[in-house]
Amino acid sequence: MGILEVKNVNKRFGGLKALSEVNLSVAENTVHAIIGPNGAGKSTLLNCLVGKLIPDTGSVMFDGQSVLGRTPYEINQMGISRVFQTPEIFGDLTVMENMMIPCFAKRDGAFEMNALAGVARQRDILERAEQMLVDMRMADKRNMHAASMSRGDKRRLEIGMCLAQEPRLLLLDEPTAGMARADTNNTIDLLKQIKEERDITIAIIEHDMHVVFSLAERITVLAQGTPLVEDIPANIKGHPKVREAYLGETAAAA
Amino acid sequence: MLGLNKKDSTLLLIVAAMVLLAPFILNPFPADSAMAQFNAGYPDLMQRFVIFGIFAIGFNILFGLTGYLSFGHAAFLGVGSYSAVWMFKLLSMNVIPAILLAVLVSGVFALVIGFVSLRRTGIYFSILTLAFAQMSFNLAYSVLTPITNGETGLQLTLDDPRILGVSATADGGIPVTSLFGMEMRSTFTLDAGAWLFQFNTGYYFCGAVLLLAFYLAIRIFRSPFGLMLRAIKSNRTRMNYTGLNTKPYALAAFVISGMYAGLAGGLMASMDPLAGAERMQWTASGEVVLMTILGGAGTLIGPVLGAGFIKYFENIFSKINEGVLHQWFAFLPDGMENGVVWVVEHFVGPGWHLTLGLLFMLVVTFLPGGLVEGGQRIARLFRRKSTEPQDGATQSHPAE
Repeated sequence: MGILEVKNVNKRFGGLKALSEVNLSVAENTVHAIIGPNGAGKSTLLNCLVGKLIPDTGSVMFDGQSVLGRTPYEINQMGISRVFQTPEIFGDLTVMENMMIPCFAKRDGAFEMNALAGVARQRDILERAEQMLVDMRMADKRNMHAASMSRGDKRRLEIGMCLAQEPRLLLLDEPTAGMARADTNNTIDLLKQIKEERDITIAIIEHDMHVVFSLAERITVLAQGTPLVEDIPANIKGHPKVREAYLGETAAAA
Repeated sequence: MLGLNKKDSTLLLIVAAMVLLAPFILNPFPADSAMAQFNAGYPDLMQRFVIFGIFAIGFNILFGLTGYLSFGHAAFLGVGSYSAVWMFKLLSMNVIPAILLAVLVSGVFALVIGFVSLRRTGIYFSILTLAFAQMSFNLAYSVLTPITNGETGLQLTLDDPRILGVSATADGGIPVTSLFGMEMRSTFTLDAGAWLFQFNTGYYFCGAVLLLAFYLAIRIFRSPFGLMLRAIKSNRTRMNYTGLNTKPYALAAFVISGMYAGLAGGLMASMDPLAGAERMQWTASGEVVLMTILGGAGTLIGPVLGAGFIKYFENIFSKINEGVLHQWFAFLPDGMENGVVWVVEHFVGPGWHLTLGLLFMLVVTFLPGGLVEGGQRIARLFRRKSTEPQDGATQSHPAE
């Protein structure tokens, strides 16, 4: 029984069947990659997991509880954090403030009317945020405006913000999309390090095969809204169905 | 001091000093000099500076901090005024219960309007608040006439059933508003040579309320709640995916700013106990938007500066008429004088809106941060000159 269990999920947009009979089980403390060609339904599936979309039929269970019908912030409070394809951070705030917000969310919950308390006196929050910045190797950037950082740093900050909440499941939506090779490698190293240091389950959607095969312990291949095959990376590479549907020339060339 | 850091304490002290010394600062010209018309140190106008300052501080909590542009905030101002006048009519001429009721009623009003309007964001939110305010405005003229007294406006009369107090004074007049016996309208005039300084009880009462309102605003700005509001403005998606429910935060900000508006409305009625529906008109709502943007949205002091700036223009520039202009330009040859006066008169007197509009355009285009940004740029210019060599290294930029 995995920490995340997706059963018989269907999702239709008008005449388009985006997901059909998707079954997926993500085991605890593993890195599970979901790959597939454009339009395979990867993002739709991810949106069904975080409450942005509600499947037409089927069930999504996280740690034995259904996530269906819950709002994104409720699902997040259950222990699922999401990293977006384009980094979603608080661009107008400083890096330190960015890091403090998830710490507040972790401590105070979804809403807390704390209007007279003074941020500067929240010692526990300040220490926790500072520690996270050190962990992310961003402590020197603490007073920078988040919007003025490079793409790679924004990604690093976003991942750090998600980790500050100590989620049990981290969802990454193409974390290296649009990144230079060096930044991509940095992100891979960061994710590897996170996996080593923490008890965390990571589900990753990715186009870049280099990233997928460096990180994933299991891979699900999605094609036309339905899972084609699920296996360990070594078997995926050579799988005839996968070659046909997705890897095709890439695998042949490699 | 009072739980503020050094920088904020300094700001609060500066504002306190300005409020305290306003009768001097605003009256720099001798009473019978030609420049006397630029003096703004008379009670009526000073009260307006302070009251609209409070209005704008509250509006800034919603607009500047949370990023929701309300086009209906004058409704809360009007509701506050009506509540306060009713309190004068029914309970007592003391301003404290009147102001408390004004804040309470406008808070409840804001809760209802906010609950509905905050279901949408961006332009749709603005339109919803505008619709609600116009609805209140029109209702005040029609169905709600028994409460608002329609076009005449709600006023005190000689047969008000005032429970704590008398319906009419001994000499047959309507009693005046007071704070435990201190009459709001009483003014002490100080003659200092050619200068004339006026110290008005009502103004200083409003000033004390402004300082309290400003202090609370600083605390809100520096609180975790304030940080959440800024985060909502910055990225609502990230808020939702960080386990934070943005709706109660935005609603709380809306209610707080509605209560500030109600407080301003209550003070307005306390200074002059009448309330009319025109206070709720959309132009009044637009005015507070202008004040906040002109001064600097999202900054602490900006809205107060913007409110003062606009009210000064409204009251001083609008008084300059053709006769005054002819006096000013009398040194020019006749034909030229008429020409110059003809041009300038379109920018003053009834045309002061034109000047304000042009200034607003200039500020928004060249100083998007408002007057505060202008001040910061000037300060930076001076600082750079004095500390040219070791620039940058020691400068930390606190979040504003």
